[in-house]
Amino acid sequence: MTGAIAIGLAAGIVAGLLGVGGGVLFVPALVLLLGLDQHQAEATSLLAIVPVAILGTYRNDRYGNVRRADALTLGVLSLAGAAGGVALANALSGTVLRYSFAALMVIVAVQLTHRTLASSAQASVDTEDG
Amino acid sequence: MQVAAEQTRHRSLKLMAIGTLAGLFSGLFGVGGGSVIVPLLVLWLGYDERAATATSLAAIVFIAGFAAAVQGLYGNVHLLDAALVGVPALAGVLIGSWLAQRLQARSIALLFAAVLLASAAELVVR
Repeated sequence: MTGAIAIGLAAGIVAGLLGVGGGVLFVPALVLLLGLDQHQAEATSLLAIVPVAILGTYRNDRYGNVRRADALTLGVLSLAGAAGGVALANALSGTVLRYSFAALMVIVAVQLTHRTLASSAQASVDTEDG
Repeated sequence: MQVAAEQTRHRSLKLMAIGTLAGLFSGLFGVGGGSVIVPLLVLWLGYDERAATATSLAAIVFIAGFAAAVQGLYGNVHLLDAALVGVPALAGVLIGSWLAQRLQARSIALLFAAVLLASAAELVVR
């Protein structure tokens, strides 16, 4: 339980710092630390994401970064897809879903590493130019 | 006039495609869908990264909220466990965005990537 709280805190820090990481950390934490199965962990992660996204939106909106009309359009147009995704998840076995999720984590890790190395390479170019 | 209407239609179609993809992704994996929304807003609609991240977060409120409700109908949502990770995460977001102004995120990004790889391995061998 203490571990889950610590992971929740860490997931929030990473989300605030890097702009990724809510669900992609919640799901493994719920499986590995709290013993939920993959379906329960994904469902529970979705609920845990909501307050985090609300807080993040509120903070960003103060800086005028949220394009409200587009966000609302995206949100409303995503509902059919979301229902389909949930139905698909529930049609798959826990094992298939868990392996797919592991693959997703690897992709996010690679993407993040690539982005980080690319941006620090850019930063060093900028420094050399300056 | 006609050109403007055409552009608006294209824009709506792009938003619809992004929304549908993000919804599917979110519902299937139990994540927000930001890793789909952010790059597509940048690539297709010319958003800068900050506006893309902020707009994506706002859309995620709807996407994750609705997907969680549907999962609730399947009886998969564990309320107490959601609070156990979700509430500390709120404090984490405040700390994280405070830190973001003050430190180089590079080593944390790489550490996070390593944590993801280790957790992925653990999910597979489990």
